[in-house]
Amino acid sequence: MSLFIIIIATVLVNNFVLSYFLGICPFLGVSGKASSAIGMGFAVTFVMTFTAAITWLIKYKILIPFHLPFLEYVSFILIIASLVQFVEMFLKKSVPGLYRALGIYLPLITTNCAILGMALLGSLRNYNFIENLVFGFGAGIGFTLALVIMAGIREELEFADVPKPLQGAGITLILAGLLALAFMGFSGMISGG
Amino acid sequence: MKKGSASYEFVKGLWKENPVLVMLLGMCPTLAVSNSAINGIAMGLAVIFVLVMSSLIISAIRKLIPSEVRIPSFIVVIATFVTMTDLFFKARYPDISKALGPFIPLIIVNCIILARQEAFASKNSVGLSLVDAIGMGLGFTWVLFLLGTIREILGFGTWFGHPVLGGWFHPLIVMILPPGAFITLGVLVGLKNMIKKES
Repeated sequence: MSLFIIIIATVLVNNFVLSYFLGICPFLGVSGKASSAIGMGFAVTFVMTFTAAITWLIKYKILIPFHLPFLEYVSFILIIASLVQFVEMFLKKSVPGLYRALGIYLPLITTNCAILGMALLGSLRNYNFIENLVFGFGAGIGFTLALVIMAGIREELEFADVPKPLQGAGITLILAGLLALAFMGFSGMISGG
Repeated sequence: MKKGSASYEFVKGLWKENPVLVMLLGMCPTLAVSNSAINGIAMGLAVIFVLVMSSLIISAIRKLIPSEVRIPSFIVVIATFVTMTDLFFKARYPDISKALGPFIPLIIVNCIILARQEAFASKNSVGLSLVDAIGMGLGFTWVLFLLGTIREILGFGTWFGHPVLGGWFHPLIVMILPPGAFITLGVLVGLKNMIKKES
């Protein structure tokens, strides 16, 4: 039951993009077309789930037993960077179809703050291993959801008459604001989380 | 002012190539911690420190870093300074550290810092990189401060915690919630474009 609550809380109530402001750069950059938004979303979900598992193991099996908590940030970011590289190599060898579909989005993920943010939030909340794994997966799905909705709206926006100074980033941010307002309807569904 | 001179490299970050309003870098902390003026300034100062120190180190060792592993090397240098900043805030300003939460460690992946290392510090002398880092850091800080001011005044009716609007004012709670952040920044980007076109 509590795992189900973690999923709902991270996907809808505390959506990573719309209420924690994590992963805004790809959210603004890659949300132009629905197809690329889905590709980016899946790549992020994939890396997030693995990151959640490995950072948990590093924190509780290496950093804490050896009294090295100050190395948390450095080791987390190195894990993410090498994990992205590893996932890229693995997919290239064994699932070439998926590799081609994700293509250029994979290397971009290293500097996506949603991944490091997820690792740090999970570490702050002292989840156990399974909870952390579910948290990482839910965060990725929430990111994908926000990205795909935004891409859908922006595809329609091409036919709208937007005031000149607001074209591009301006209107995208305002749209994100309205979307965040809509997602606030989910707050109160689950307390905490 | 011509490109390459120290004064040009300093001023460009403040307006013409402002990291937030023009290049749209570092959006996550900009949106997340700008719910009050003091948080905006604290975040801005933390970023200035990390940016200046990393630019100094990286421009000094730029000839020693092989280009294949430059990004991981930049990130390790940045992460070291971010850890220092985080420990400093935790020790001296625990309240601010709590308010900023995971956004202090997230300075590591703040695109502004990595972008300046990649685009400037790894190609220019120590002096110029220092000036560039300070300019970019100040450009980031003033936008954060302005955003924090607008959101705090409209959302709480206070500025730096002091009430500035009279009792008639009903705080617009939405301004301190996520939608207010997105909309205020969107309007600011629009205003910046409008001013740029007229001048």
